[in-house]
Amino acid sequence: MTDRQAPQPPASGAEPAILVLEDGRVFPGRAFGAIGQTFGEAVFATGMSGYQETLTDPSYHRQVVIATAPHIGNTGWNDEDDESDRIQVAGYVVRDPSPRPSSWRSRRGLESELAAQGVVGICDLDTRALTRHLRERGAMRVGLSSVDLDPDRLLAQVLAVPSMAGADLVDQVSTAQPYVVEAVGPKRFTVAAVDLGIKAMTPKLMSQRGIEVHVLPAQVGFERLASLGPDGVFFSNGPGDPAAADQAVALLRQVLAAGLPFFGICFGNQIFGRALGFGTYKLKYGHRGINQPVKDLTTGVVEVTAHNHGFAVQAPLGQDLPTAYGLARVSHVDLNDDVVEGLELRDPAGRLIGFSVQYHPEAAAGPHDAAYLFDRFVQLMTERAGRADAASD
Amino acid sequence: MPRRTDISSILVIGSGPIVIGQACEFDYSGAQACRVLRQEGYRVILVNSNPATIMTDPEFADATYVEPITPEFVERIIAAERPDALLATMGGQTALNTAVALHRSGVLQRYGVELIGASVEAIERGEDRERFKQVVSSLTDLPGGPPEVARSVSCHSVEQVVQAAAQLGLPVVLRPSYTMGGVGSGFAHTMAEVETMAAIGLDASPVDEVLVEESVLGWKEFELEIMRDRLDNVVVVCSIENLDPMGVHTGDSITVAPALTLTDREYQRLRDIGIGVIRAVGVDTGGCNIQFAVNPSDGRVIVIEMNPRVSRSSALASKATGFPIAKIAAKVAVGYCLDEIDNDITQVTPASFEPTLDYVVVKAPRFAFEKFPTAEDTLTTHMKSVGEAMAIGRNFTEALGKALRSLEDPRAPFVLHGPVAQPLPQLLADIARPHDGRLGQVVQALRAGATVDQVHQATGIDPWFIDQLVIVVELARELAEARDLTAQLLRRAKRHGLSDQQIGAIRSLDPDVVRALRWALGVRPVFKTVDTCAAEFAARTPYHYSSYDEETEVEPRTKPAVLILGSGPNRIGQGIEFDYSCVHAAMVLSEAGYETVMVNCNPETVSTDYDTSDRLYFEPLTLEDVLEVYRAEEVAGPIAGVIVQLGGQTPLKLAQALQRAGLPIVGTSPAAIDSAEERGAFGQVLREAGLPAPRYGMATCPEEAVAIANDIGYPVLVRPSYVLGGRGMAIVYDDRTLISYVTEVTLASTEAPIMVDKFLDDAIEIDVDALYDGQELYVGGIMEHIEEAGVHSGDSACSLPPITLGAEVIEQIRRSTAAIAAGVGVRGLINIQYALTGDMLYVLEANPRASRTVPFVSKATGVQLAKAAALVMLGSSIEQLRLNGRLRRVGDGAAAHPRGPIAVKEAVLPFNRFRTSEGDSVDTILGPEMRSTGEVMGLDRVFGTAFAKSQIASYGELPTQGRVFVSVANSDKRHTVFPVQMLADMGFEILATEGTAEVLRRNGIAAQAVRKHGQGKSPTGEPTIVERILDCDVDLVFNTPRGHSVNGDARRDGYEIRTAAVLRDIPYITTVQGLIAAVQGIVATRQAQIGVRSLQDWAIELDRAQES
Repeated sequence: MTDRQAPQPPASGAEPAILVLEDGRVFPGRAFGAIGQTFGEAVFATGMSGYQETLTDPSYHRQVVIATAPHIGNTGWNDEDDESDRIQVAGYVVRDPSPRPSSWRSRRGLESELAAQGVVGICDLDTRALTRHLRERGAMRVGLSSVDLDPDRLLAQVLAVPSMAGADLVDQVSTAQPYVVEAVGPKRFTVAAVDLGIKAMTPKLMSQRGIEVHVLPAQVGFERLASLGPDGVFFSNGPGDPAAADQAVALLRQVLAAGLPFFGICFGNQIFGRALGFGTYKLKYGHRGINQPVKDLTTGVVEVTAHNHGFAVQAPLGQDLPTAYGLARVSHVDLNDDVVEGLELRDPAGRLIGFSVQYHPEAAAGPHDAAYLFDRFVQLMTERAGRADAASD
Repeated sequence: MPRRTDISSILVIGSGPIVIGQACEFDYSGAQACRVLRQEGYRVILVNSNPATIMTDPEFADATYVEPITPEFVERIIAAERPDALLATMGGQTALNTAVALHRSGVLQRYGVELIGASVEAIERGEDRERFKQVVSSLTDLPGGPPEVARSVSCHSVEQVVQAAAQLGLPVVLRPSYTMGGVGSGFAHTMAEVETMAAIGLDASPVDEVLVEESVLGWKEFELEIMRDRLDNVVVVCSIENLDPMGVHTGDSITVAPALTLTDREYQRLRDIGIGVIRAVGVDTGGCNIQFAVNPSDGRVIVIEMNPRVSRSSALASKATGFPIAKIAAKVAVGYCLDEIDNDITQVTPASFEPTLDYVVVKAPRFAFEKFPTAEDTLTTHMKSVGEAMAIGRNFTEALGKALRSLEDPRAPFVLHGPVAQPLPQLLADIARPHDGRLGQVVQALRAGATVDQVHQATGIDPWFIDQLVIVVELARELAEARDLTAQLLRRAKRHGLSDQQIGAIRSLDPDVVRALRWALGVRPVFKTVDTCAAEFAARTPYHYSSYDEETEVEPRTKPAVLILGSGPNRIGQGIEFDYSCVHAAMVLSEAGYETVMVNCNPETVSTDYDTSDRLYFEPLTLEDVLEVYRAEEVAGPIAGVIVQLGGQTPLKLAQALQRAGLPIVGTSPAAIDSAEERGAFGQVLREAGLPAPRYGMATCPEEAVAIANDIGYPVLVRPSYVLGGRGMAIVYDDRTLISYVTEVTLASTEAPIMVDKFLDDAIEIDVDALYDGQELYVGGIMEHIEEAGVHSGDSACSLPPITLGAEVIEQIRRSTAAIAAGVGVRGLINIQYALTGDMLYVLEANPRASRTVPFVSKATGVQLAKAAALVMLGSSIEQLRLNGRLRRVGDGAAAHPRGPIAVKEAVLPFNRFRTSEGDSVDTILGPEMRSTGEVMGLDRVFGTAFAKSQIASYGELPTQGRVFVSVANSDKRHTVFPVQMLADMGFEILATEGTAEVLRRNGIAAQAVRKHGQGKSPTGEPTIVERILDCDVDLVFNTPRGHSVNGDARRDGYEIRTAAVLRDIPYITTVQGLIAAVQGIVATRQAQIGVRSLQDWAIELDRAQES
């Protein structure tokens, strides 16, 4: 539904613009980025750094992101920090865009990048009031326009936008062709990474651990995946409602049935949950920020983590839950609201088979506290390889 | 993990007197810690020599020792109280150093006291620069590789320093180990500077160690505030970016939270390093602060230093984020994990998270160079500011504008009107040197057409910040050129921090007119909430700041509100003492059923803790900002009154305007306040009461002043009218000096007249704090100054009860005080200064407000005066307060009980902080201009012991044997003989200048004459007195100066002697009365070991005594 505009010069905040929520609340502001109009689900992100990573994160597909940090664009736009090949958000709402970026890595300004990529934004409005509104009323549909400033006409269009619940968006962001991210140093493992909206940092962190990552389109069949002879399978983050991602769930069930080690992030965690037979549900306004406290229920240690999810897995805490593939257990929980943030699957001997987290250990943007999960994946594959070797001896 | 049950009592060490680099932020931290630990059920024992602190209020600890913070005294407290644990991370470097000393001497082990918060090993790894660097460099498993430290060499002699500097290449940084606030540290650009600074630095370091370091001058500077618990959970509470690049001490820098010019990758690199460092250093149950330098051209990161304790920055970070670092650190220190502690603000989420801000915080330093006219004002790594203001806005420019006007320095807010005074090349040259007011000059340069890049080149300030200033400059131009002030334009100006005053100056309008127009156009701020989470969760704590945005968050209320206006940034003459009174008012009025609303902008204080009042507005104390707060609260519910009497001169200056605007000022009316300040009206009050005041006159030109002076007779005390802290005062003995004084001052302030008072030489100065309800007078306390009149009361030591005043004098003081209070129309507190010469009691001045001495009096007498005053202002009578126990049931503070203690207050002066541009020390002589930053209290049964304690707490132990140097002005020689005789009798060796030695010898005292500084070494190599002091060959210096010597030599000599003593930390005394007190102190110290006693213990004894 994003009306991606043709590339054009930045609006420089001179033009008026409006933001209309589906419940009719209107915020006037000024145009930012491309001139035009856009629609999507209004969500707020509370990170104070990393707007470039956020904007290029495919999980934000079809979402209009409100930055709670007032100053955006301070460090401009560089050639290294993109998490995908383009800006993914449907629209961008900021309070104070920076007229002049300042960073030794900056190549151009944020606004010119938004305009060049045809992304419509709005600035100079009370983003805190908007955030509080969404917190109280929940995430909802929104329209931004710097061409038609009539709130009623815009509202009618907003109400015509399909809701995020039930949306299957994976194919809109997944890679069309498989590609390989080579291992750094000697190759130790091959991983099949199913791209549901993958961020560039994820295969990068795997490759740094000696993994050759085969990034596969979401539509990939199990045979094609298995033909790579992977040591492990990874399901990435991505946009949309996991309840609408039946194909991914089916694929993961095949992976689990084949006994392949599994690691999932974000959407991948939701798919894991559904594959194991749990439900998923939409959160009132989601978790989007880089300061969320998550507790590892095994160790009791708290990690500060990056989040970007509007849906979550419904599973009871503190119990071993029998599934078709082994005993499942909630491994991580968000301390702010007790939302399930991780799942673990073990075989009857108690050995780990697969695990996933709802948050983003690859960070980008965000803290690196959870990077150990990539090591855990490596360890899982190592143990599994050891067992396979032992079995073949 | 739950709290520890293996310990039940905890000793908390405070930070002692307020000094530059260690101010009331440690009262805020320590008060939080004490409160939390008591709530957790621990027995809390506290030691802090500073009576002006909230933490030393008896209800904050089970046993409160207002005693010197030295290893010896703390050991005595440990012996008496036998605590299980010691928490030393709340009291700054003073507490940390004391704890380390107690550990090294085996005291902690001997008494089985466990150090909690940070172990000695962690303290040493964090504080010892060499070890710290090793720790940092050893972090090889960090993603991105081990962090770098500046290359450096640790040195123990001047020769080593010189060699290291040559090896590293100039400029280099010199950093003495184990000092606070960067004492003795700085950049050396030449080898000559290297040598001078090496000597100073080695001396400043208690371990004679100086680190010579490669320069990162001009790099970007960042800080992280980090917390860690015993399960190794780590959170970064706040990032802080210094607007001034590396080279300016962070305490002297304008700083911004959060960091604004880092990408996520760079920020996360700092975070990774910070967490790696806190783990490796081993701070496992508490917080720390880590500073970084980042090269703006390639992002290279250098770790500068860490503080393994709460700090000024952690107080700032707490106020900036709503995450109370000290409170959480105290909980973590007793065993809680971060996820077991609630976030106070949301009450539903845990403390194991990282606050995220949807606003910008700016902190600006406040300096006092006007107090030290000869001091060099270039900002270096050696902290010189005496206070700070913080402001919150929804963007940088809004926060910056608010912060600058919060400083209450008329030169601080940007000048955006009129022609630029200096040519651009001059401005670009000036801004290259960091100094107070540089940012204002940056704005002038931009107005004069400088580009962002030119300013960046000159200053090293990040272009992002300069570009933000360009927004302000362009907006000012737009305002100047606009035909009309439209709502839209005004709103934009306000959104970028311009005050009504600035807009008025641009448009040649009175600020009141701008305000009226703005209100008519509906351009008013809203109030947002500091909530730790950028609105992700609802905030339960009303901690507000204004912004020109759309939606306000002030909740309606039903209870009547009392607004308390705080005292703004600390400065000399107005500091923690006023915050103490404001905090007490908030406490007592909340108890009395009011909704207390605090308005203040000083992040170091207890008053700006969101726990102190029911509502907190972190706002500048200007008319504009206070009116907007009032309006917000007026909409929210009923208002019982506005209190302006407790926060010092800051709110008092606003009183008239606030009343004109219709605000209900409670307590003494603004008109009455004015009548006490205004000489004519006050003279009338005195005449009606039949009270004498020294003769005086007002002069508007030098000729008038000379005529008045000759009429009333020299010496005279001259000063501009309306001053606080003795600003600009001088004692003048002759026409010539008077003329030059008046010329200078008149030049400085064109329209204000000069007051010329008869100066009462050798009078005893007396300070009284009293409470008046319209009917009855309650004397809080009478203080007798130890120094004679002429030394500013803030710089003078004093004793309560008065040690030499007879009952009839005290009765006379009471009668006079009552007459003045009634005459002025006081409802609340009044402070009066008297001078006693012979039998004549002169009234020097009266201030119908809370004074600097209210906390001291309250601690010394056990009656909390400010609380009583707040209740009187809202209508209680003294009779009622006596009945409900807030005041003594019978009698008052004037009547000293024979069983009660003697309390001595001593001032602490910042002379070691300043150097002249030639690198010399500034003079240390006391005078009518207040220059002390803080105070201590010595409490004991007899005066000598109490005085000795006050000296130990402020300057170090008085010697009990050794060598005393005596050099006194002719007029003092008579009074000197007896105390010096006593010193000689105790076995002290007496050195004296020739003239003084002769007088002493004539009186039978064996005094050895020494060479004056001006004489130089003798041909046989006999050293001068200055050389002997510098060689630490003297244990006590007694030197009284007099202003007018024929050729000025005596004065110069005195200067060299006193500064040498300051440099070597040798006790020095500059008044005869001070010497007499010191002799009594020495006698007391020699007689027996000085004991310690808690305030609670004193109170019990007094109660018993009063009952019997």
